[in-house]
Amino acid sequence: MEKRVRILVAKPGLDGHDRGAKVVARALRDAGFEVIYTGLRQTPEQIAEAALQEDVNVIALSLLSGAHNHLFPRIVDLIRKSGMTDVLMIGGGVIPDSDIPSLKAAGIAEVFTPGTSTTTIIDYIHANVK
Amino acid sequence: MNIADELLNGSRLALSRAITAVENEHDDAVAIMQKLYAHTGNAHVIGITGPPGAGKSTLTDKLAKEYRRQGKTVGIVAIDPTSPFSGGAILGDRIRMNDLTLDPGVFIRSMGTRGSLGGLSQKTAEAVKIMDAAGKDIILVETVGVGQSEVDIVKTADTIIVVLVPGLGDDIQAIKAGILEIGDIFAINKADYDGVDRLNTELEMMLDLNQVKTNWRPPIKRVISHRGEGITELADSIVQQAAYSKESGQFTQRRTERTKSELLAMLDEQLGRHVRKVLSSGGKIDQLVTSVEKREKNPYTVVSDVMESILR
Repeated sequence: MEKRVRILVAKPGLDGHDRGAKVVARALRDAGFEVIYTGLRQTPEQIAEAALQEDVNVIALSLLSGAHNHLFPRIVDLIRKSGMTDVLMIGGGVIPDSDIPSLKAAGIAEVFTPGTSTTTIIDYIHANVK
Repeated sequence: MNIADELLNGSRLALSRAITAVENEHDDAVAIMQKLYAHTGNAHVIGITGPPGAGKSTLTDKLAKEYRRQGKTVGIVAIDPTSPFSGGAILGDRIRMNDLTLDPGVFIRSMGTRGSLGGLSQKTAEAVKIMDAAGKDIILVETVGVGQSEVDIVKTADTIIVVLVPGLGDDIQAIKAGILEIGDIFAINKADYDGVDRLNTELEMMLDLNQVKTNWRPPIKRVISHRGEGITELADSIVQQAAYSKESGQFTQRRTERTKSELLAMLDEQLGRHVRKVLSSGGKIDQLVTSVEKREKNPYTVVSDVMESILR
């Protein structure tokens, strides 16, 4: 069976750099995943559409500039409306611990903040991807 | 979801799911393709190949925009290499085509080579058929052309564009890769760089020496993709090539060859699977391997015996 897990690494909003996202993308590739990375300054609509066209199993959102409370739930909403069920949505970046519960309530399964090992992220995906 | 029906009705999600079914060899993949096949054969398939860093994705993006300006719908299959070590891949062609993401007339799918040799061109061909059945007028297949399997992918196209850049060390190197023989059109990208005239001359010389001569002399177009320069002229040469191809019969001949090689590849694959399945029952394959290793039997006789028993 040729199945590979496909992951969209996406940066919504206006972050100035993508160093972290690229580190995660490389680690995911080395773990055997197919990673689609769409670059900086993506709108929620672009992210949802790319996820649909690529039929990804996981969407990993990266955001450093503070707009996660607004943008992450918006993306979850667009994904649900597009008819894509079973997409594992995770987030990372500069996200205060106090924001994590509401992000989870909005549909982000887990949030990985700075200092998390890439192994933790990889193990989580293996354990939770549908 | 009835994937085939919904795809024919215009669902982008169904299009996406159909490609996944084929790529991952789902149980319903064959049924989906059986339903879609009658709706294929209409799209103009353009293969875009060349060395890494030549600017293929950027060129694909600009060409797609040109076709959209002409009111045509576009499907794009963007292929990137899979790591032979980890089995993973970074599929990064899409990043050059962000403007196209929200255009409803464009559908972009990224695929990894997944380490399979013949299998890749088969799956790419199926993704192309799926986009064709979904009604895309033009399908661009973009892949790095350094290996035989990538060359195989591009050979399934109606028009093949080879993208080169000046000053990549030994300009002849890219030409040696065998892609010279399959190029219908050559695009020298980053044509503002040093060495463009030299590359152009070298290409012309190689084309002069080309043994297989048809009435189509591949044109060499200069483009600067990131600035969108030379794209309209490139699109014009595609029109001319397509017209020549149809008038001369090359178009139908290529498609016939494509159908034949696909059919044979599919048969090869199914037969191979059947043989493996037969041999894996009761550990037969292990017994055969042991007898060959011990020199009790030679592999040629083993194969001959297996073939006889299977084909009886």
